[in-house]
Amino acid sequence: MSRLIINRRRFLLGSAALGSGLAVSGCDQFDFLAQRDNRVRAVMERANVLTYSAQRALIGDQVLAREYAQSEIRQGMKPNGSTEPTTPEYMFLREANFEPYRLTIKGMVDREVSFSLAELRNMPSRTQITRHDCVEGWSCIAKWTGTPLGPVLDQAGVRPGARYAVYHCFDNIQRTLSGDVLYYTSSDLVDAYHPQSILSYGLNDQALPVSNGAPIRLRIERALGYKQPKYLHTIELVDDLAPFGRGKGGYWEDNGYDWYGGI
Amino acid sequence: MTEPEIAPPQRGPLVYRQSIWTRLTHWTWALCLFFLLLSGLQIFNAHPALYIGQQSGFEFDNAVLRIGAINTPEGPRGQTTVFGQTYDTSGILGMSGPEGNPVYTAFPGSVTIPSFRDLATGRVVHFFFGWIFVAALFVWFLASFINGHLRRDILPKPSDVGGLPRDVLDHARFRFHHGRVYSPLQKLSYFTVFFVLFPLIILTGLTMSPGMDAAWPWLLDVFGGRQTARTIHFVVMVLLVAFFIVHIAMVLLAGPINELRSMITGWYRTSPGTQSQEGDRS
Repeated sequence: MSRLIINRRRFLLGSAALGSGLAVSGCDQFDFLAQRDNRVRAVMERANVLTYSAQRALIGDQVLAREYAQSEIRQGMKPNGSTEPTTPEYMFLREANFEPYRLTIKGMVDREVSFSLAELRNMPSRTQITRHDCVEGWSCIAKWTGTPLGPVLDQAGVRPGARYAVYHCFDNIQRTLSGDVLYYTSSDLVDAYHPQSILSYGLNDQALPVSNGAPIRLRIERALGYKQPKYLHTIELVDDLAPFGRGKGGYWEDNGYDWYGGI
Repeated sequence: MTEPEIAPPQRGPLVYRQSIWTRLTHWTWALCLFFLLLSGLQIFNAHPALYIGQQSGFEFDNAVLRIGAINTPEGPRGQTTVFGQTYDTSGILGMSGPEGNPVYTAFPGSVTIPSFRDLATGRVVHFFFGWIFVAALFVWFLASFINGHLRRDILPKPSDVGGLPRDVLDHARFRFHHGRVYSPLQKLSYFTVFFVLFPLIILTGLTMSPGMDAAWPWLLDVFGGRQTARTIHFVVMVLLVAFFIVHIAMVLLAGPINELRSMITGWYRTSPGTQSQEGDRS
């Protein structure tokens, strides 16, 4: 019995020492979690897969994000991330008022197709007033006008094996010594075919400004801002995200953010 | 000659007060709340302002809290604005770290995970422990409903309401009664944590998810918008930190060895005069 008590006392003293140690030495002992290839981090990242599965099971494929009243538009749409791309391709298009712009659908499709801005504008359109939620925590309500992505994909004929849509963009989100890093992200086909997923060319009843992603910005309204790619030029249907960037499915995803982006 | 008087017992019986489920979930929460708090402050640092309503005001003002740094003629200073009142919080909020090499984050690196700016990692840690926190709460509710902990110790009865003033006075005088069940004040505080604060912090957390807002649009109506939900999430965090401080203070005042033993082994030493029951130890 006495042995037990000593052990218990030792245990208590030990826990107290451990607890106060954690408290006084700050939190840098958890900095290893920031290493992208750390095993503990990999285990923790599995929670994001759980979140994705849980939300996909809970939310119907067609359930809409909330749409707001005109009166809720109390400010301009806050530009974030890239606001003025400097790649030659983009600067040329911008100079030409986006006349030569083409949106291409390729990859696992029956036929590769591309559309000019005028062709996209002549397709059936959808206007929605929605809330943009940035991963940083802020929100901004704006009115988006564009053509739903699903019917556009249908014109190319998505093949049965396709699982993801990869969205390629013009903007150099990051400039490095070894060249520009171009923005890209991806979604599953549920998000791609969602009724509110639109190729937007209009913002708050005006032509989409450059700072917000002209000429085309995809909206995926049930996800965070980094899943709303600006300066979109190509949509590639694939069954695997590994060949792109660092293989995580997007620029921010390659930098440690979760792929689903619905939370 | 008189009969030798029998001395009254110096201490009450050891009672088995905390079930394995209570103990397991208790320590799980302790771990989770530690990581949730520190990763949550990392997430907050990405946009250190709180608002009321659906959206954040950039061209109008609906902020209730802002933490940042400003330049003054004497050099940079940390500044916190709460409900329009601005305070200099240099060294703690907005600007912290060593003199000559300050860090301009809302909360200092000593209370964030990781210690440097890394929103992506903060989110990974936060959501991982968020799931465990919720799973533990589910287990606790189920077990406590079945084993009677909920009815016996958490849900206040009419008699607890009557006994509350006396219990408040006793606590104020640091006179603690170690009974078989919780005192009225304990019941009330744990009831608040389990039925108000824990549900609130989970639901306001879910309201910040655009996916969940589509699934359960009533979340936005209940909390008055995503940004209000974010503000409530932060306020409940502050209340939970306050609860933690009082909780630890009470453990220390009421006898830390006995209190800790009950949360590790389940056995709790009651006050002298407590009636013995079958199953107690001496």
